[in-house]
Amino acid sequence: MTDSKYFTTTKKGEIFELKAELNSDKKEKKKEAVKKVIASMTVGKDVSALFPDVVNCMQTDNLELKKLVYLYLMNYAKSQPDMAIMAVNTFVKDCEDPNPLIRALAVRTMGCIRVDKITEYLCEPLRKCLKDEDPYVRKTAAVCVAKLHDINAQLVEDQGFLDTLKDLISDSNPMVVANAVAALSEIAESHPSSNLLDLNPQSINKLLTALNECTEWGQIFILDCLANYTPKDDREAQSICERVTPRLSHANSAVVLSAVKVLMKFMEMLSKDLDYYGTLLKKLAPPLVTLLSAEPELQYVALRNINLIVQKRPEILKHEMKVFFVKYNDPIYVKLEKLDIMIRLASQANIAQVLAELKEYATEVDVDFVRKAVRAIGRCAIKVEQSAERCVSTLLDLIQTKVNYVVQEAIVVIKDIFRKYPNKYESVIATLCENLDSLDEPEARAAMIWIVGEYAERIDNADELLESFLEGFHDESTQVQLQLLTGIVKLFLKKPTETQELVQQVLSLATQDSDNPDLRDRGYIYWRLLSTDPVAAKEVVLAEKPLISEETDLIEPTLLDELICYIGTLASVYHKPPMSGPPLTTSSVQMGAVDLLGGGLDSLVCHGCPLDDIGGTNFVAPPTAAVPASLGAPIGSGLSDLFDLTSGVGTLSGSYVAPKAVWLPAMKAKGLEISGTFTRQVGSISMDLQLTNKALQVMTDFAIQFNRNSFGLAPAAPLQVHAPLSPNQTVEISLPLSTVGSVMKMEPLNNLQVAVKNNIDVFYFSTLYPLHILFVEDGKMDRQMFLATWKDIPNENEAQFQIRDCPLNAEAVSSKLQSSNIFTVAKRNVEGQDMLYQSLKLTNGIWVLAELRIQPGNPSCTLSLKCRAPEVSQHVYQAYETILKN
Amino acid sequence: MSASAVFILDVKGKPLISRNYKGDVAMSKIEHFMPLLVQREEEGALAPLLSHGEVHFLWIKHSNLYLVATTSKNANASLVYSFLYKTIEVFCEYFKELEEESIRDNFVIVYELLDELMDFGFPQTTDSKILQEYITQQSNKLETGKSRVPPTVTNAVSWRSEGIKYKKNEVFIDVIESVNLLGLAAGEGAGCLLTTPHIHPQVNANGSVLLSEIVGTIKLKVFLSGMPELRLGLNDRVLFELTGRGKNKSVELEDVKFHQCVRLSRFDNDRTISFIPPDGDFELMSYRLSTQVKPLIWIESVIEKFSHSRVEIMVKAKGQFKKQSVANSVEIAVPVPSDADSPRFKTSVGSAKYVPERNVVIWSIKSFPGGKEYLMRAHFGLPSVEKEEVEGRPPIGVKFEIPYFTVSGIQVRYMKIIEKSGYQALPWVRYITQSGDYQLRTS
Repeated sequence: MTDSKYFTTTKKGEIFELKAELNSDKKEKKKEAVKKVIASMTVGKDVSALFPDVVNCMQTDNLELKKLVYLYLMNYAKSQPDMAIMAVNTFVKDCEDPNPLIRALAVRTMGCIRVDKITEYLCEPLRKCLKDEDPYVRKTAAVCVAKLHDINAQLVEDQGFLDTLKDLISDSNPMVVANAVAALSEIAESHPSSNLLDLNPQSINKLLTALNECTEWGQIFILDCLANYTPKDDREAQSICERVTPRLSHANSAVVLSAVKVLMKFMEMLSKDLDYYGTLLKKLAPPLVTLLSAEPELQYVALRNINLIVQKRPEILKHEMKVFFVKYNDPIYVKLEKLDIMIRLASQANIAQVLAELKEYATEVDVDFVRKAVRAIGRCAIKVEQSAERCVSTLLDLIQTKVNYVVQEAIVVIKDIFRKYPNKYESVIATLCENLDSLDEPEARAAMIWIVGEYAERIDNADELLESFLEGFHDESTQVQLQLLTGIVKLFLKKPTETQELVQQVLSLATQDSDNPDLRDRGYIYWRLLSTDPVAAKEVVLAEKPLISEETDLIEPTLLDELICYIGTLASVYHKPPMSGPPLTTSSVQMGAVDLLGGGLDSLVCHGCPLDDIGGTNFVAPPTAAVPASLGAPIGSGLSDLFDLTSGVGTLSGSYVAPKAVWLPAMKAKGLEISGTFTRQVGSISMDLQLTNKALQVMTDFAIQFNRNSFGLAPAAPLQVHAPLSPNQTVEISLPLSTVGSVMKMEPLNNLQVAVKNNIDVFYFSTLYPLHILFVEDGKMDRQMFLATWKDIPNENEAQFQIRDCPLNAEAVSSKLQSSNIFTVAKRNVEGQDMLYQSLKLTNGIWVLAELRIQPGNPSCTLSLKCRAPEVSQHVYQAYETILKN
Repeated sequence: MSASAVFILDVKGKPLISRNYKGDVAMSKIEHFMPLLVQREEEGALAPLLSHGEVHFLWIKHSNLYLVATTSKNANASLVYSFLYKTIEVFCEYFKELEEESIRDNFVIVYELLDELMDFGFPQTTDSKILQEYITQQSNKLETGKSRVPPTVTNAVSWRSEGIKYKKNEVFIDVIESVNLLGLAAGEGAGCLLTTPHIHPQVNANGSVLLSEIVGTIKLKVFLSGMPELRLGLNDRVLFELTGRGKNKSVELEDVKFHQCVRLSRFDNDRTISFIPPDGDFELMSYRLSTQVKPLIWIESVIEKFSHSRVEIMVKAKGQFKKQSVANSVEIAVPVPSDADSPRFKTSVGSAKYVPERNVVIWSIKSFPGGKEYLMRAHFGLPSVEKEEVEGRPPIGVKFEIPYFTVSGIQVRYMKIIEKSGYQALPWVRYITQSGDYQLRTS
């Protein structure tokens, strides 16, 4: 007889009937009734009305029945908090049951009932269970501390459970140790600065010992915890690595990846000259390769991580190219990742094999995969110079297949090859021109136009070709329009006599008939350049282009280092750091975000972005045609420099510094007067103080201390007043500050309480610091991320402010803000108003996104801020005010 | 750190059963899963990780079920997938098959297991043999017998219970090597193959091996009493070098993975494989070698497609292993266009069968001795109207088994069994080599 029979009763009056059965005297009937209730609950029916009757069944010696009632409680206690209290007595009793299975069950379930009233009663039983003689109960209780902390952190601290939990790290039973580590890590995650885990060589040693004895999952908890530790020197790093490497032989892929994380992180500390460093490198390759035999989902995680690892330490897998060859039956997500890694590993030594494979892939049927394979050939050409010729001929072969999307991809990458190797492969232009008519994707059309414009002098009918595009000018995408404009201007500069009419035509199309501001702007600039100073126009438009880099989508090194510390986690799969506090920004929002802002933002002039944006690795961009194409950079001309918002602006002069204000008047501090201000320069924050002795006696023995504050500001060095301060003497001191101190939310948020001591007394004062000292230098979000994040933050977090009396124009605003680390991510013009999209990041990793609307001629501008921690918005607005008005 | 909740969904995405472990992600969020999955699938961007706002879905599919874990934190993704697979393994051992029906039929046990497998997102006991000691199918057993936690659960040896007794103490060792191969089947020079019955050996000059590796596993069936200490001796090259035995007849294992019972640090130190085994069947270890070996069964193929009329297929298979050995149950799957019809076959040995649902011809040969060469010809008609969609070019797949033989030459030198009661136990060893992922691209 199976349980499915319990699902079958669906008649009316069921609840009533169940009620009667639950209250039956017969044990069997009771149990059957509870099962029916649970079955109803499972299929989503609301059986909360039976709460008291089910709870009545709780006192039973039948373990199965008890478990079912507990399960019911977990589900419904929250909706019936008052009645849940009825269950408390039984829980408390069960926590003292002679059977450890029941004790553990009770403490485990109680922790899952997230009702405040219950938690109060949980403390005593939990305390006992944490010291239970049975390890099964202790390991369950350890996890329960984390549960309780999640419901009521204060209670856990007050009850001293954290200390008990720390003691469990030294428990004799490995499973208890592992769960204690897991619970502490979980708690520490919500208190990053609390130093809960208190890792030191002794505790690390205990963990490493437990590592050998606990279950596979326990090993993962311990390894993940070890990864947070920073060894004091290379010797300690090496000795930990030596004890972690055996884990690479574990059958569980997750254990292997967590071990890889620890090793990759600690390797940083080892000198490359060390023999051991080489040994370790060699040991890492085989387990990474073996991960590719795991289940496809685990393979996917492994491949995303290997992608990071080959960027960080290419030497590990440089000989393993072949294992990344794509198999016919690999899932598409595995294929795409393998392809990406193949390109990263491509070198002169293996390029022949790689090319042969890529060519094979380019004839497959999966469109996304084929496209990526074609692009990959282009990337090989750019990366391995010796192979360029072979790559070009492979691409030409592919163009001959006439498969539409293959041809288009090929043309896009050939454009990049031309840029990388000027004056080498232009002979193929004729072949490319033959395919002009089949191009229907904007990116390919734009690439082709770029080629024609760039090599106009070598293409006899360049004018005809470009003219043919002009007919449907208004139906083209912005990308193509911009390129066509630039292309024809190039053509005109090269062959002025025959193309005067053409250039007139395009300029007028762009400036008069288009309502796209970017296109109009570019058109006007060309027009003015051409009409005022043709020589200058030539210098600008036909300027030598900067070289394109070999690898276009490398992860920026600091981000890479950060991601290495997250090996195995979601962050490593997304290739995005987790946001501190609020969760990760995710990829799925991308599409929506584009809808929201896409119309304007994507058409913005690029910020010096590489012209050969081959794309693909970015997890965020779904490999559909629309998004990458529209977010891709317009294909450049020398003119793109003119639009580059970042160059010439970012003179790193440091943030705005307010004049010193009196913080502590002399009369309140027995003659010591303190005034000061905060500065931020090249990444370091300091408190600039001026101490004046207005007393009659000499002052000595100065010291300073901060109270805990919202952003963990703390003196990074002692207060150094070198000589005694004589009466009427003033001394200026710059006190460096760090942001790694203890954190406590203050009211207002930017309140800082300071204690200063001297030989006379201790004085207290508080001051408000301007938030912009916390704006970090790497606060520039990339555009895609910006779009995604803006969409992702709920609208209720948006705050709007007016900045009055700010007569600056957009350029000036942007440059002024940038010197205080508020970065303009994108800019556009909507109906005569300048919209600046800006990002900034606080020292604790909180991102703030801003939209600043500036109306020429109107001295006030509108600032909209979006942030996951909306409480900072007010202060960010004040920072804007301060920076802009000074 | 890990999953907030785990769901088992039916094929339409309707939750069959779920367990909320942490309460930080609303259970209703699961409603977004299936639409998201469908959307991504349509975009051709399906991945094992999907996100909706702040919620991440980590999912795997098993028969007609989806197992989905939700989280809104930076969870350890590999742990979650690994856990989901382990969950399937446990359910399968409990219910034989894991499918919609078995979930419904056993929902009480499923709830109990979900409660025991994970706590607050931390995987706990996932060893089904041990779980079966205290979570049993028959609830009445619980009341009378062991309703206690077996000490094993939290022991350092969490995979073997004490007090196991056998009359006859035996261990069966299976050494199974799978050969993975990615190759390019020879095919150029096609014309001569079709016209002449004699096949020239130089034809295969065009074929090549792109990637070949051997994945070996050593599986044990343990029927031993008490808490035996086992030591397995292999002809491991690193070990031979350590002990000064030289390189003769040793095998270089590129990567080795062990069951959790094996003392990894001991192996790391002196390559000793020592362990207290679980009772019954388990996989002790797996290893990987990427040493190039001659492909055991080599394929030459000519697939000639005459548009609008016919496809001519001719495949030659060659056993490139010792004459004394025999490959059994050889199956060679040759792709044919999906619109092919009226098959005709001719084989020198074995039989050929058209399997239209897979778009392949399967050529089966029961017994294929080493050194032999066999031939198969197939003829298909093609419709005169060509269909529009482009077809991929699936590779030729080969399956086989060669008993009493390992490609790598690995050998079990000894299996020492020591138990404090001092009984004598017998180890039995079997070797077999089989095809793994063995595919040859056709040009």
